[in-house]
Parts: sequence; structure tokens; C-alpha cells
Amino acid sequence: MNFVNQVLQGALLGGFYALLACGLSFLYGVMRIINLAHGSLAIFAAFLLFDFANYTNLSPFIGLALALPAMALVGVILQFTVLDRSLKSGPLIPILSTFGVAVILDNGMFEYYGANSNSLGPAIGDLAFNSWNLTDTLYVGQLDALIFGTAVVVLGGLSFILARTPIGRTIRATADDPAIVELIGVNPRVVYAVAVAIAMVLVGIAGAFLGMRASFAPYDGGNLLIFAFETVVIGGLGSLWGTLIGGIVLGVSQNIGAEISPSGFLIAGHAVFLVILIARTFGAGSILGKIRFKRSAA
Amino acid sequence: MTILQVENLEARHGLLIAVRGISFSVTEGETLALVGANGAGKTTLMRSIAGAHRPHAGRITFDGKDVTAMPAHRRNGLGIALVPEGRRLFTGMTVEENLKVAGAHGRKGAWTLETVLQAFPQLKPKLKARAGDLSGGQQQATAIGRALMTNPRLLLLDEVSLGLSPLAVDQVYDSLHGLMNGGTTIILVEQDLSRALGVASRIACMLEGSIVLEGAAKELNREQITAAYFGLNRVAEKA
Repeated sequence: MNFVNQVLQGALLGGFYALLACGLSFLYGVMRIINLAHGSLAIFAAFLLFDFANYTNLSPFIGLALALPAMALVGVILQFTVLDRSLKSGPLIPILSTFGVAVILDNGMFEYYGANSNSLGPAIGDLAFNSWNLTDTLYVGQLDALIFGTAVVVLGGLSFILARTPIGRTIRATADDPAIVELIGVNPRVVYAVAVAIAMVLVGIAGAFLGMRASFAPYDGGNLLIFAFETVVIGGLGSLWGTLIGGIVLGVSQNIGAEISPSGFLIAGHAVFLVILIARTFGAGSILGKIRFKRSAA
Repeated sequence: MTILQVENLEARHGLLIAVRGISFSVTEGETLALVGANGAGKTTLMRSIAGAHRPHAGRITFDGKDVTAMPAHRRNGLGIALVPEGRRLFTGMTVEENLKVAGAHGRKGAWTLETVLQAFPQLKPKLKARAGDLSGGQQQATAIGRALMTNPRLLLLDEVSLGLSPLAVDQVYDSLHGLMNGGTTIILVEQDLSRALGVASRIACMLEGSIVLEGAAKELNREQITAAYFGLNRVAEKA
């Protein structure tokens, strides 16, 4: 039964990873940029809410109403000052530029907040540790359930916007061919700014839940980026619902690894990521294709 | 009334000069056919007018406004729309989405989803199909429809018959006849001389980046255009 509980907790953890990764996946899908500052920006959002909770004694959930527009603004500034310029210089420069942003953010936060770990847990009261006990050994944390539910709502909302709304269609068209959208009256720079703003709002939500469910420090962005990246690769680059599946696979793998050995949490996650990456790179599909080809030839 | 004025336009691809100091004008409601062999500079000229290619020198004036340095999306807002060579549809999106995305950003006017479907009835049963899954003729109709959704005053059609079956070309040209009769100003790049002579009110023949022959379609005969097309006049002059 403990094993089943570990799988359940892993799946719920997957909701957090999906929330963390969907901004990364979305930005790659639209702009073909791998944002190496993604984790650092999540930490930055967590610190924004931490300051809000400290100065106002209000719930971080209320703080989100201010933090999310602030993150959207950060996204627009990031687009027009860094990404827009670097996009013109080939695929490598945007990656290096976002790495530079990550370095500046990490060190700026370290300078301002110091090296101590912080948490938003105390600011959300009982929600941080309350759970529903399904059986004696099977339980669902209320915060984990809230995070998973939020991930489903966010991914569903984002999918709906992309599929059904004019701005969604414009974003997809721009992702498909930015040169051609210009010929039908769309300014791709503005679309990219909207896309980065949406991605930063997603990062803000992920940062908020990160701060509520765990502790965070200025240099934690790198680890978060790795988890987000693994989630995106497992789920398929640019695929939103794939991100949720990727998050669940990663979370369940980590928890099963932890069940096998206390040090197995990270190793199991990385191992599953590597297996899937190798399968994608060297083509499980192509191996199947060869088998089918041989059969049809025979 | 002159709607487009091109003066001493020069466009390059790196060191290669694709368009060499071209000047011409287009009056409202006319159909100008640009003919010429591959590499003559037709596509580069069209892309320069639409704003998709930055010219090296010269001036482009549209409806009295200098648009030479204007980005493509703003030119589209003024009424210039390009149907690019190779269609370049948003292949992951449906036909309806391809049309709607253009309609949401272009100028408002008579062209709507309904009127585009009237002009291209072959698209009606394919509205929910992915653009990438369509036949060449249906893709070309979608590409023209997408440009029309922006309600252009000047429609630039680059190689509309390229890669299409004769039947599909007939269908596309049937629809184009409707546009031309409706008074839309069109610049058409066409390799097929018979098609060009059949629809255009004026012909301009390009060779090695220059216009070597220009005149009313009814005043030019096939032999004159063929000679200009292949540069036979120059060979004769040199001899």
C-alpha cells in the first residue's frame, strides 16, 4: 500500500512539475527559445510573494493578483530588451542571453535576500500540511491537490485560448511562420511579447506554489530548470498536455526511486529522462518503422 | 489613378543584385502580369513591394505614401497583400483558421469568410481540414483567400499556377477572373505566357533583374514577349 501511496504522491508532484514546465514548453512552442532563466524567474516570483506576505501579512493568494501582472510586465520588458534582439542572431544567442539573465537574477537575489532558505508555507496556514486520508496509508495533501488541479485548469485554459480564440490563433500562426504573419497584418514582435508575458504569468503561478510547498533560495533556479526541462522533454517539446504527462512520469519515477533507496529520488527521475531522451533521439519510432518495413517487404 | 509607384528599385541577396533599378507604376483596377524566366527577379520584386524583402535602393510609393522603409504588417494595413510563392500556409491550422487569423488583423471591408467561400467554393467542404492535408489547388485557393481576408487594395500573386494540375489552375483562374472583374488591383507573377496574356491588362517582362519589355497586353504579341523573355533582342543587338 505504501508503494501505491508513493505513486499517488508522485502523480500529484507531477502536477507541480507540469505547472513549472508549461511556461518553458509554451515559450519554446511559440518562439523556439529554450529559456534558461525559467527556474530563476520562478524563484524571483516566489520572492515577490514572500516580500508581499511579509510586508502586508496577507495571504500569498491575494499577492498573486499583484505578482502575476508584475511577472507579465517582466516578460514584456524581457522580450523587448533581450529576446527580441537576440532572436535576430540565430538560435544559439537567445539561449546564451537567457543564461545571462539567469546569472544576473540569481546573483541579484542573493545580494538582496542573502543565502537563507525561505518559504511561503507559514503564510498559508493549515493548507501547507492538511491532507485527506483515503485509507490508513493512502493520503492526498490538500496543497498538492490544489496544485494538481491548478495545473489541469491552467493547461486546459491555455489549450482553449490557443485553439479557440483570435489571439490563440495568432500565436499559433506566428509560431508556424513569423515571416508570413507579417504579410497578413500581424506584428510578430507584439505577438512574441504577449507570448513571453503569458509564459511569465505561468512561471509566476509555478513560483507561488513552489514557495508554498517547499523552501527556496536564490540559487535554486538551476535545479528547477532541470526538472522543468526533464518534464518538457519527457512530455514532448511544445506539447501542453504532454507536459502534464511528462510531469507525472517524472514525479512518479522520483517517488518510486525514493521508495527503493533514500538517494534514489533524483537518480530515478534523471534515469527515466535519459531513457526517454535516448528513445526519442535514436527513434523508438524508427526502430518500429524498420520492423514494419521488413514485414511489408517480406 | 496610380496606386503603386516603384522608382529605381534595387534589391539584393547578399552580393547578388536581383532587381536592378526598376521603375514602373500600377493604376487602380488594372492587372499587371510580370513574366520572366526563373531568376529574373520577379519574386524579389514582389517581396520588396510587400515589405518582406528590404530593398537596397530606390523608392516604393503606395497610394501617395512612401512605404519603402515600412514593415510588412503596416503595408498590409494600408492594403498590400502578397500571396507568396509556394503558398506558405499555416499547415498545422485548419483552412477556417488560416482565413480567420488573416481576417482578424487585416483591413475591414467586403471580403469576409462568407465572400471568400463564395469566390472559392472548393474550400467550403474543407473548412475543418488541416491546410497541410489539402491538394495543391485547394492550398492555393486558401492562400489567395487568406490574402483576400485582409481586404487588400493591391493583391500580389506570386506563381499561382506553380506545381498545380491543369484542372486546379483552371479553377484558381476562374476565381481570379471574378476578382479582376470586381476591380481589385493585381500584380501577377506567371510563368505561363498564355495564362498571363489571357488575364492581364498589362504585361511587363523581366530579364536579369530589369524590365526589358512593358506594354498593354492587347498591344503585345506572343513573339515579342518570347523574345524579351529569353533575351533574344539583346543577343541580336550584340550581334
